[in-house]
Amino acid sequence: MNLQFIADGLIMGALIGLGAIGVTLTYSILRFANFAHGEFLAWGTYFTLALASGFGAMFGGSGTIGALSFGWPVLLAGILAALLTGLLALVLDRILFAKLRERGNAIVMVMASFGASMALRSLLEFFFTSEPAYFSRDIQIASPLGLGIRLTPDQVFLLGLTLVIVIVMERFMALSPTGRAMRAVSENPVLARVSGVDVDHVIRATWMIGGALACAAGVMLGITVQIRPFMGFDLLLPLFAAAILGGIGSVPGAVIGGLIVGVAEASAVQIVGADYRAAIAFLILIAVLLVKPSGLFGART
Amino acid sequence: MLDILAYAAFFLVTALTYGIICLGLNVQWGQTGLFNVGVAGFVAIGAYVSALLTTPETAGRFGGFGLPVWFGWIAAMVVSGAAAALIGAITLRLRADYLAITTFGIAIAIQLVALNAETLTGGPFGIGFIPRAFGGLEDRPIIFNLANLAMVGTVTALLYYALERLVRSPWGRVLRAIREDEAAALSLGKNANLFRIQAFALGSAIMGLAGAVQAHFIGFIAPENYISTLTFQVWAMLIIGGSGNNRGALLGAVLVWGLWSVTGAMLAAFVPGEYQARAAALQIVLIGVALAALLVLRPRGLLGEEKMISRFLKG
Amino acid sequence: MTKTILAIDGLAAGYEPGAPIVRGVSLAVAEGEIVTILGPNGAGKSTFIKAIAGLVPKFAGGVTLDGRDITRSPAHLLARQGLGFVPQTENVFTLMSITDNLRLAADILPRPERAEKIDAMLTLFPDLARQHQLAAGRLSGGQRQMLAVARALISGPRILMLDEASAGLSPKLVGQVFAKLAEIRHTGITIVMVEQNAKAALALADRAIILVEGRTAHAGKSADIASDPVIRELYLGVAPAKGAA
Repeated sequence: MNLQFIADGLIMGALIGLGAIGVTLTYSILRFANFAHGEFLAWGTYFTLALASGFGAMFGGSGTIGALSFGWPVLLAGILAALLTGLLALVLDRILFAKLRERGNAIVMVMASFGASMALRSLLEFFFTSEPAYFSRDIQIASPLGLGIRLTPDQVFLLGLTLVIVIVMERFMALSPTGRAMRAVSENPVLARVSGVDVDHVIRATWMIGGALACAAGVMLGITVQIRPFMGFDLLLPLFAAAILGGIGSVPGAVIGGLIVGVAEASAVQIVGADYRAAIAFLILIAVLLVKPSGLFGART
Repeated sequence: MLDILAYAAFFLVTALTYGIICLGLNVQWGQTGLFNVGVAGFVAIGAYVSALLTTPETAGRFGGFGLPVWFGWIAAMVVSGAAAALIGAITLRLRADYLAITTFGIAIAIQLVALNAETLTGGPFGIGFIPRAFGGLEDRPIIFNLANLAMVGTVTALLYYALERLVRSPWGRVLRAIREDEAAALSLGKNANLFRIQAFALGSAIMGLAGAVQAHFIGFIAPENYISTLTFQVWAMLIIGGSGNNRGALLGAVLVWGLWSVTGAMLAAFVPGEYQARAAALQIVLIGVALAALLVLRPRGLLGEEKMISRFLKG
Repeated sequence: MTKTILAIDGLAAGYEPGAPIVRGVSLAVAEGEIVTILGPNGAGKSTFIKAIAGLVPKFAGGVTLDGRDITRSPAHLLARQGLGFVPQTENVFTLMSITDNLRLAADILPRPERAEKIDAMLTLFPDLARQHQLAAGRLSGGQRQMLAVARALISGPRILMLDEASAGLSPKLVGQVFAKLAEIRHTGITIVMVEQNAKAALALADRAIILVEGRTAHAGKSADIASDPVIRELYLGVAPAKGAA
C-alpha cells in the first residue's frame, strides 16, 4: 500500500492547524467565530508575494536556499507580511469589531465578519484577478523517505517550520505573561480584569498572533499548491472543523485537529476521489458536534 | 417603452424571489435571532428538488418525473425545511455560532453535490428545460413577465400576510421572548430549542420555495447560482431593509437587487471587457462595506423592527 | 483617629442610568478596619462593591483610595492602585493551575518581586502550597475561596474587598475563611466585605452598614448592630432572639 497520501495529509493538516490556532484564539478570547479569518491567510500570502517580488526586483535575482524552491526574498517577505497581516486584523478590529463588541452581541460580530470576508476577498480579486499565482514555477524533485513516501525539500522545510511555530506558541501560552493573560481572558474576562489584566492588550495580542499565523499558513499553502484570492475562504471550513475538533481555546488541540482533518481529507480522496474532499471537514464537524461538542481538549462547549 | 415594461416586470419578479428568501431569513434572524450562513444551500435544495420532480424524463439523470409545478413548490418547501430541522436539532442546543459554522458547511456540501453528483443534479451544467410557469406565453415576453409578476406577487403577498399573522400569534411572541430574554429562554428549557428548530425549519422552507419559484421562472439552474455570494446578498438585503420587519425584508430585496442590477449594467456598459471581472469584484466590496457600515452605524436598517414603526405612525 | 483609606461619597450605580440600583451611598473606611456591608436580598450590596471595583457603571458620586480619586479607574488598573477584589462566584481560573492563578495576578508587579510574592502567598496558605500544580477547578469550595483571596492579595493591596466570601461554605469553612481574614487584617490590610451571613460577619467586623433598596438604612459598630433586636428582625432576616442565636 502506498502511504504517500498520509504524508500529503500531514502537510495539509499542518497548515490547517496553523490557521486554526488563530480561529480558536479569536473564538475563545473575543468570543465569536470569525468568518474573515480565511481572508487573513489569503491577504498574508499576497502580501508575501508582493513583497517578495519587490525584493527580487530591487536586489536582483531570487536566489534559492539549498534545495528549496524559494530563497531569502520569500522568507524575509513572509516575516514582514506576517506583521502586516496582524496589523490588518488589528485595523479590521478597530473599524469594525471593536464597535460591535461594545454592544455585546456576539452573533452580530459573526455577521460582520462574514461581510468583511466577502469584501476583503473581492478586494484581492480586484487587485490581483482570480488567476492563480505562484512563488516559484520550478518543479521540485521529491526524495523517497521509505514506506513509499516521497517528500520535496519544501515540504520537509514546512513541516519543520510548523513544528517550531507550534512549540513556540505552546510555550508562549503556557509561560509568558501575555499568554497567561490570554488564557485568563478566555476563561473569565471579568476575573481577568479584576486581576489586573488589560483586556485591550490581550485583544491586540490575539489579533496579531492570529493574523501572523494565518499568514504563515497561507504562505505554506501558496508554496505547496498555488495562490488564489479564494484560497483562504476555501480553507475556512477545515479551519473551523479543526478548531472545534481540537476544543475551542486549545492551541495544541487546534494543531492536532488540523492534522486529523488533513489526513482524513487525504484518506477520503484515496477512497472516494477528490470531488468530495471539501465535504470531509463538514462531516468531521457534524460528528464532533454530535458526539463531543467540547472537542478533544476543550473545557467547554 | 414596452421593452422597459417587460424589463421592469422581469426585474420585479427576480427582486420578489429574493424578497421571499429575505422573508424566510427574517423568520430565522429577525424574529428568532438565528444566524444562517447557508442561505444559498437551502435555496439550492428547493430549486433542485422542484426541478427534479417537474422536468420531463431525461436520459442519464435521475428524476424527471414530469410532475406539476405546484407539486414541485410544495416538495421544495418540505425538503428544505426537513434539512434545516435536522441541522437545527444537531446545532441549536449548542453555542449560537455553531449554527453559523454548520450552515456554512452545509451550503458547501450542497454545492459539492450540485457540482459532482451528475446523475442527480446534472453536474456543473445544471438542469435545463425546467417547466416555466405560463410557459405557453414565452414568445411574448411582456405578457409572460407580467403574468409571472402577478403570480409571484400574489405568492409574496400571501406569504407576507401569513407571516404577519404569525408574528402576532402566540408562537411569534414566544420566539421574540426567546430571542430577547435569556431568562425566558431558560425557563422554557428544552422547549425553547424546539421553538428555535421550528422557526429555523420554517425559514428554510420559505427559502426552498423561493428557490423553486426562481427555477421555474428562469427555466434552468446551475451550481454557480448558489454560491456564498447569494447568501451574502440576501443578508445585505435584510439588514439594509431592517431585520425583524417583513416590509423591511421586501424593501431591502428590491433596493439591493436594484443597486446590484444598475451597477452591473453600468459595469457592462462602461468598463472594457478585460477589466469586467475585476470591476465585478468591486460590486461585492461595495455591498460588503455597506453591510458592515450599516451594522456599526444603523443596525436597525431602513425600517426598524415593526413595533417601533407602528408606535411612530400612531404618534 | 486613624486616617480614612477608602472614601465613598454619594455613590449611585447600576446597569441603566434611569434605574440606579445603588442610590447615593456614602462610606468612610478607616485604615486597618474591617467593615461589613449587610442588607436583605436585592438591596444593592453586591452592585455597590462591584461599582467600587470598576465592574458596574457609576452614575454619580466619587470614590477615593488613600486620597487618590479612583472613581473613573478601569477595573484592571485598580489592582495596581492598591485595591484587591474577590468576586462572589467564579473567582478563580478553574482551567489554570494554582500557581498560574497566582502568577497571573503577580504579573502586574515588577519582575523581580513576582516570585517572592507568590512564595509569600503559598506560605500564608499552606493548603495551596501542597498542591500548587493542581488545576484550580479541582479545589474544594473552601480552598477555592482561599485561592481567590490569595490571588487578590498578591499585588499587595491596601484594601481587600470581598463579595459574599462565605456563600456556599459550611459553617466550619466559614470559620476558617474568616479566621484567615482576621489574620490578614493584622498585616495592616483594610477589609470591606459584603455578607449575607450577618451573624458571622458582625462577629468579625468592627463596623457595619446596612443597605436597603440601594440606600444606607443603618450604620454603626458591629456590636451595637448585633445587639439591636429591631435591626436584626427588620433587615438581617434573623428572628428575634430566643436565647442566644
